[in-house]
Amino acid sequence: MNKPASGPASLDSIALSGAKAKGKRPWFLADPDVERVLSITMAVAGELAVLRQRLDTIESLLEERGSISRADIEAFAPSPAQQEARGRWNQEYLARILRILQQEQEALERPDEPTSEEAGERIGEK
Amino acid sequence: MNDNRYEGPPDYRAVGAHGVFPETTHDQVERYNFLAHLNRHLAASVLPGVARAYEARVAPAFAAEHGREPRDRREVRKALASEPIHQAWSALRRNTMEMRQQAGLSVVLPQLAALMEKAERLTPPDSLQLDEGVRMPDYLTAVDHHCMPGSYHAERVAGDLSAAANYDSGMFVTTGGLLGRFTDGGGRGMVDYLGRHHPGFRPRRILDLGCGLGHNVLPIAEAFPEAQVTAVDVAAPMLRYGAARAASLGIGNVTFVQADCADLDAFGDTSFDWIQSTMFLHETSAKALPRIMAECRRLIAPGGLVIHIEQPQYDAEMPPFEQAMRDWDAFNNNEPFWTKLHEIDLDRVMLDAGFEPEELLHGGVAAVVDTSLFPDAAADEVEDYGRKPAWHITGARAAV
Repeated sequence: MNKPASGPASLDSIALSGAKAKGKRPWFLADPDVERVLSITMAVAGELAVLRQRLDTIESLLEERGSISRADIEAFAPSPAQQEARGRWNQEYLARILRILQQEQEALERPDEPTSEEAGERIGEK
Repeated sequence: MNDNRYEGPPDYRAVGAHGVFPETTHDQVERYNFLAHLNRHLAASVLPGVARAYEARVAPAFAAEHGREPRDRREVRKALASEPIHQAWSALRRNTMEMRQQAGLSVVLPQLAALMEKAERLTPPDSLQLDEGVRMPDYLTAVDHHCMPGSYHAERVAGDLSAAANYDSGMFVTTGGLLGRFTDGGGRGMVDYLGRHHPGFRPRRILDLGCGLGHNVLPIAEAFPEAQVTAVDVAAPMLRYGAARAASLGIGNVTFVQADCADLDAFGDTSFDWIQSTMFLHETSAKALPRIMAECRRLIAPGGLVIHIEQPQYDAEMPPFEQAMRDWDAFNNNEPFWTKLHEIDLDRVMLDAGFEPEELLHGGVAAVVDTSLFPDAAADEVEDYGRKPAWHITGARAAV
């Protein structure tokens, strides 16, 4: 990435935005294939959140004005109450899609729980 | 979490814009909002599980295998590596860093030409002093700091400032607003500290080391409008952007100078009344650190203040688990000097640089932000191991 002669208009901004930072990447999960899918899933999750907020913007503006343009969407300035509601939506959304992590944590607190099969064996006994 | 009161990050639209602040579309704003929430969710809701898993599974397994507790953070780190909850949190956290970089660069690069033009128009002639002869230190070129492709210094085009624009535009994502509207809570905290502990101190010549794009030096320049402020960094893209940003925000008493902070020959002995750095030392190296401190010793005027702020040092008081968690960025977010810096005896480094024991000073600084819009760092109870904007001071008051 040393000084190229060309100007900013010639940059491939899509490729450069996704460029790898220098330094070997650490991998964390036992199976890198799973980690690759997790990365893609989280990126898609982000895009779904963006789309949902856009829909919320459109609905808010339509409610207020009846008809809107794309410029209205870009200029949308949510009120404090709307900002809070949208923030809360993000919180709930993340809690929903990352539910499994919450449940793993809770399971740690209750290591002695039976499986349903074990419970069935026990309560099925006379 | 309290159900009645919203405690999440503020909306990105509350972030302060200025003349070179990258413009964002509706969807780019919402991408930042999502990422800020993801960061916060990981810290507030997933990370506590790592501590619990350590207590419930990792520590007992270690004790069973070795017949003792882990001796230090290295042993804790190795033991945590195979804990599934730690793995999941780490994989997600690394992803948020990478997603944040992509989000920021995809905002900045398509408008880079316009940003460069704006910067050129805004920058007063004497406020920016670049030096093409400055060599990038090894600590900058070894790996790209906190996974920023190209780090602080890459010149994607001649006259580039995209590294700084990306940093400024997306900073909110990692801080979740904890550093305030202009990401300057550190500098405001420093001014607050000075007012409390050195109320009569009126510096006329101030030096900020490793200023980056000048986030933290601007509130200082604003608090001492009669002072001449010199903000030094080795990376030209940060300085180009910083000078334009300062001018746009109406701050006229800062000069942005390109130099290696370990080699400040351009300034004469005792040139400054106040020398300070904000979260800079951990991005240097074992070779550079003593030289930086020696320059501080040489440059500080009699009666002047030297103040560096960093996250707390690792010491015997801090449990190995906490140290291991605080080390996460060192190994997984390209902060290569983080772990070494936090075990060094910084007082010793200051003494070796020529300060006297009675000159040394210590203390704490927390980010100061507009709490009507932003979360209060001092009151934040979410432990994010090394990310919280509450810092320790290593410094000195030079004898008169």
